[in-house]
Amino acid sequence: MNRIIEKIKGITWKYYLNYIVIGVVAAVFSALTFAGALPQSTLYLLERMTISIILAVSLGLVVGFLGELSLGHAGFMCIGAYIGGKVSVLLADALGKGVVNLLISLLVGALIAAAAGFIVGLPALRLKGDYLAIVTLAFCEIVKSLFQNTSEESFGGPLGLRTPRFDKQYLFIIGFVLVLVTLAVIQNLLRSKHGRAITAIRDNEIAAHATGINVTKYKLVAFVISAAFAGVAGVLYSFANNNVQAAVFDYNYSIEILVMVVLGGMGNITGTIISAAVITYLNTTLTVVLTGNLAVLKDLIYALVLILIVVYNNAPALKNFREKYNPRKFLKALLKLTHPESKKYADDEGAWARVPTKIEMNEILSTDIVVNESTKNPDKADKGE
Amino acid sequence: MSEFVLETKNLGISFGGLKAVQNVNLKIKKNEIYGLIGPNGAGKTTVFNMLTGVYQPTTGTFYLNGEELKGNSQEVINRKGIARTFQNIRLFNNMTVIRNVMVGLHNLPEFKCGILPTILRFPSQYKTERAMVKRAEELLSIFGLYESRNLLAYNLPYGKQRKLEIARALATNPTLLLLDEPAAGMNPHETEELMETIRFVRDNFDMTILLIEHDMSLVKGICDNVTVLNFGTTLAEGNVNDALSEPEVIKAYLGDD
Repeated sequence: MNRIIEKIKGITWKYYLNYIVIGVVAAVFSALTFAGALPQSTLYLLERMTISIILAVSLGLVVGFLGELSLGHAGFMCIGAYIGGKVSVLLADALGKGVVNLLISLLVGALIAAAAGFIVGLPALRLKGDYLAIVTLAFCEIVKSLFQNTSEESFGGPLGLRTPRFDKQYLFIIGFVLVLVTLAVIQNLLRSKHGRAITAIRDNEIAAHATGINVTKYKLVAFVISAAFAGVAGVLYSFANNNVQAAVFDYNYSIEILVMVVLGGMGNITGTIISAAVITYLNTTLTVVLTGNLAVLKDLIYALVLILIVVYNNAPALKNFREKYNPRKFLKALLKLTHPESKKYADDEGAWARVPTKIEMNEILSTDIVVNESTKNPDKADKGE
Repeated sequence: MSEFVLETKNLGISFGGLKAVQNVNLKIKKNEIYGLIGPNGAGKTTVFNMLTGVYQPTTGTFYLNGEELKGNSQEVINRKGIARTFQNIRLFNNMTVIRNVMVGLHNLPEFKCGILPTILRFPSQYKTERAMVKRAEELLSIFGLYESRNLLAYNLPYGKQRKLEIARALATNPTLLLLDEPAAGMNPHETEELMETIRFVRDNFDMTILLIEHDMSLVKGICDNVTVLNFGTTLAEGNVNDALSEPEVIKAYLGDD
């Protein structure tokens, strides 16, 4: 019983870390805002960051956990931005520009985006890999063109939809609350039997079928939830700006979200949050710093940073350096966040080397396994003791 | 309830003009270990794929405990009680051993919990989760995998991966277990152990087992009856020793002289 409690404690810490860190960051910045210490540009940056985090985490559900490549995330965001923006315009007279208006717009935007996700997902998720990527990419472009070609009265057409801008001081706080909601929904989903079914599909679709997992259903669930939160991010975007331009939601934007997911480590929510924040910071800062002719350098620097991060994370020559200065190791040591299972190896540095890996499998296979011994104590036989 | 757990009637499939499997009639009694053997390319795995709904048979049909299952999807067939393992091991490699088994428990009625309750973290979510962990741990200790339950599946040695696949299939609570070349790539010790495992599963899980195998010592060791396939047609069937000594069968395996 004690062991189980220990185990639950270990897991709980790890999973609630995201909420705690984001909560603390939100609280600190809120306090600073109320004290009037934050410039407008920082508030804008924070808004952008929350939008990016929601987008990246929700796309991470499809790319990192379901294992399908979707390039249409900006399309769902576009739907959210336009529908949410339109709702807020319609409600502005009756309800003003306050929180009630925002909440209703969020709900409607998310629902319509989810519905779009369902309609697109139903046929598209029968496709695999590159084909799904192309279909979602096309969807993104279609949505963009549709909104660009609406009449001026309905969605503003090529001029864009004018939306009532929410009070700049506080929007980022709502953004952070929505980040927490996104995290709660997606992490809770993943930490359940349904989440296991979704990751099982990623790991081996054929085996998932044979194990009785309703693959179509879970693909749709992941896709729809992901689309709904893209819609939420879109509504947030429409509230952060006076004007929603369809041209913003092009496929470059989809790729940018995908980059956040990939850099953060697919299937790693904490990493996705960090990379979304960093990339947004980089983008916004570069746009501010590089003005005039230097503006052309923005994409170059951005690309160089991305290349450096990827090389740093994967270059074999840097392996020793990475291990020596691993921030995760440092953080774990600081917070004592070791997984309960790793504790028994932690005392003995060399023990990790004895945990069987794929490469060692031939070695294991070539050693004779004493039948009774290995059934009684499987680990012993593995380690070749 | 029919006399046979699995009964196939003239089961066959053709891909375009190619008749891959024709007129396979299997009759498997309860608690039987039944072998499906034959040279490479005989259509054994194709039969498995038809029985599990990967392919839809073009002729004939099959019954599980008297219920016709032809035309159902893989998920439905699994829920009705046919579970399988694969020739080349297909585990959920990046998930831990225990989670692999818990995926197998997914559809059991006692672990029912909707998506909304899990997102909102209702007490039922925690209850289901705890019960699933408990059941999975029981299954893993039966297969001697309890100690490695938190390792990633691909870190397991080959023999244990096979066992884990069987454990995962059993987690779905089937009435018929299909094993596709369970002894492939195993050394004699491991094969010996595997035979023990298969018998153990039959006795303790009240299971009926249909297996494909090339290792004749294993087939002779544990199978009650066999069907020999060659070029998609039935060459011989019945008792192991009788079927394997038929001249037709020997010819199919060793060639004409």
